[in-house]
Amino acid sequence: MSFAPFAVAAWLFVIGLYGIVTSRHLIHLVICLSVVQSSTYVLLLAIGYRTGAAAPIFVDTKPGAPAVDPVVQALTLTDVVVGATVSALLLALAVQVHKASGTFDPDELDTLRG
Amino acid sequence: MDSLTPLPLAVSLLGAAGLTALRGVLGRRVFELAAVAVSAAVALLLAALLAASIEAPIVYWFGDWTPVDGVALGISFVIEPLGAALATLAAVLVTASFVFTWRFFDNAEHLFHVLMLVFLAGMVGFALTGDLFTLFVFFELMSVSAFSLAGYKTEEEGSLQGALNFAVTNSIGAFLILAGIGLLYGRTGALNLAQLGEALAGAPPDGLVITSFVFLVTGYLVKAAAVPFHFWLADAYATAPTSVCVLFAGVLSELGLYAVARVYWTVFDGAFAGHLPALRAIVIGLGTLTALVGAAMCFPQRHIKRLLAFATVSHVGLLLIGVGIFTPTALAGTLIYIVTDGLVKASLFFCTGILLHRLASVDELGCDGLGAVMPLTRVLFVLGGLGLAGLFPFGTYLGKSLIEDEAAVLGYPWVTWVFIAASVVTAGAVLRVAARVFWGVGPGDAYDIKSEAEGDEVQPEGSRGGSGSTPASMWAMAALLIAAAFVSGLIPQLAGRVEVAAEHFVDRRAYADLVLAGVPPPEVGLPPAESSFKGALIGLASAVAAGMIAAAGLWHMRLPRTITRGATALLGPPFARLRALHSGHVGDYVAWLTVGVAVLGGLMAVMMG
Repeated sequence: MSFAPFAVAAWLFVIGLYGIVTSRHLIHLVICLSVVQSSTYVLLLAIGYRTGAAAPIFVDTKPGAPAVDPVVQALTLTDVVVGATVSALLLALAVQVHKASGTFDPDELDTLRG
Repeated sequence: MDSLTPLPLAVSLLGAAGLTALRGVLGRRVFELAAVAVSAAVALLLAALLAASIEAPIVYWFGDWTPVDGVALGISFVIEPLGAALATLAAVLVTASFVFTWRFFDNAEHLFHVLMLVFLAGMVGFALTGDLFTLFVFFELMSVSAFSLAGYKTEEEGSLQGALNFAVTNSIGAFLILAGIGLLYGRTGALNLAQLGEALAGAPPDGLVITSFVFLVTGYLVKAAAVPFHFWLADAYATAPTSVCVLFAGVLSELGLYAVARVYWTVFDGAFAGHLPALRAIVIGLGTLTALVGAAMCFPQRHIKRLLAFATVSHVGLLLIGVGIFTPTALAGTLIYIVTDGLVKASLFFCTGILLHRLASVDELGCDGLGAVMPLTRVLFVLGGLGLAGLFPFGTYLGKSLIEDEAAVLGYPWVTWVFIAASVVTAGAVLRVAARVFWGVGPGDAYDIKSEAEGDEVQPEGSRGGSGSTPASMWAMAALLIAAAFVSGLIPQLAGRVEVAAEHFVDRRAYADLVLAGVPPPEVGLPPAESSFKGALIGLASAVAAGMIAAAGLWHMRLPRTITRGATALLGPPFARLRALHSGHVGDYVAWLTVGVAVLGGLMAVMMG
């Protein structure tokens, strides 16, 4: 098992955070959040990966044949569903913010300062 | 009793689904009545489970997937008194909130009730589950419904931005939690809390265990709003509908702390036991910082909901100290403080909701003296202030004194002063608001610390803004909750009973045996009743000091000039800098979150490695 997937996961997490911190557009910000989330997909799948193993579909396979870990795949699937919900909600909020304030730029949203 | 276990969760979720289906069919009153019935039923079920779990904790395996040879493939609910008490508090507050909103919204606000029930389901599952991944799922369920409730007033700029900041920061917290779960699973192959604890026990913590601990704890602390993860809280709490704030301030933040305690005591205690002093120093330090920053931000606010939000941050700091002492007695004190303080703050938010209903404003200066027409609400508001200070017999004094005494035993005697400072300042701020709004005391315009959130014009919630009378359903809920907090300090043997539950809570081995092998936990005798005379005395002194602080806030112009000038020179610049940090900018908040994770991780690595 190589180190590479974990490096990718860490990179995605950090670069997504960087995007959120420096974002000048709420839609861009929500996408960056999805990038952060995709790092958790990579991390989970990397943890369950076994070199040379088949997908965990146990039809026509001999008992004991190596398969990658199905648990992390289930976790990832749940994570994807959660991510879709959060992204949809955030995009809706961003659109409403634009309706109310006329801008997508977080720097111009100053209602809550102090 | 076992078969009752999944019912609170099922009833709230099915109730939400049923109400969604029937919203066009039922009349408005019937619909609201049905929502109250559902949440009240959940509260009763949880109270029954709480009572049963005091006798013996309940382990329920969904689909009868019980563990074999210590390996748990199924998902369990583990009901013990501390989690059950928090879930019950959540259900009670949701019910009170439904009754409160009876006359609050004029238009048929069907989705509000549905969202609240889903929110309740998330909180109930979060407090009862015995599985780390399910904990994440319920965390997300309650978070997402909380985001949409925070942004419920879609026509308001502030409300939307508050919800957005809330959603982005808390989602990053959730991803941290998930990364932590992934790392732990990679190490142990387990997701059940008990099995994880067994797998980690014995070996000293290495880099991976410490990293996953930091990820999990920071994720939960974002929800709890510990400094520097707290920035979103004031934005979301100040702009959410009042009936939602009651839930947020009363129980949501506290659930984050509950998760820290739960995960530490079931999963990490075996590995970290040798490093407890270092961990204790870190968490108590973080709690102290949170308590002081919250208090400092609370006092200068003139937006009453924002003031209460920062009071919540401050009290989260105190509770974090209680969790961070890592002993059963302190944990018992923390639980008592969570429940009583939650009731007091919920009542204060209800009173603020009444202000909003009657005066269509929650600006302290804007309401100057206008509250005089509400004789009952002002009594409740003052009682709330005294409850925050910890005046006997409010149960808050008991919780605080348990934590303070335990901290002193472990070499942190100064924790008492942090508690006094945070309680006095937050209670003083509330009493100042009460004096100005309900009695018109103090010069209205001489207040020099102007809030920059002035632009945050408050829209009346519902269309009854500036109404002529307070409906009984509103003040009754505020009165009921404050009365419950008042009486709680008088329950005989309360501290001892909670301590027994806390002893069970922190016994990792007994928990593992119970969950994985079905062995009932050992008996823990009721500790001898101790009089907390000293705690009551501190509470009285805090209440008096809070009154003085409130007076100083009102009449600081009349203090000798040398004092005011000195105070301004000394406190002005740091205060201004602290306020400037709360920029309302989500990018800044995420930057602080990242810094917080890095600092916490660095501290853990240095002190434990």
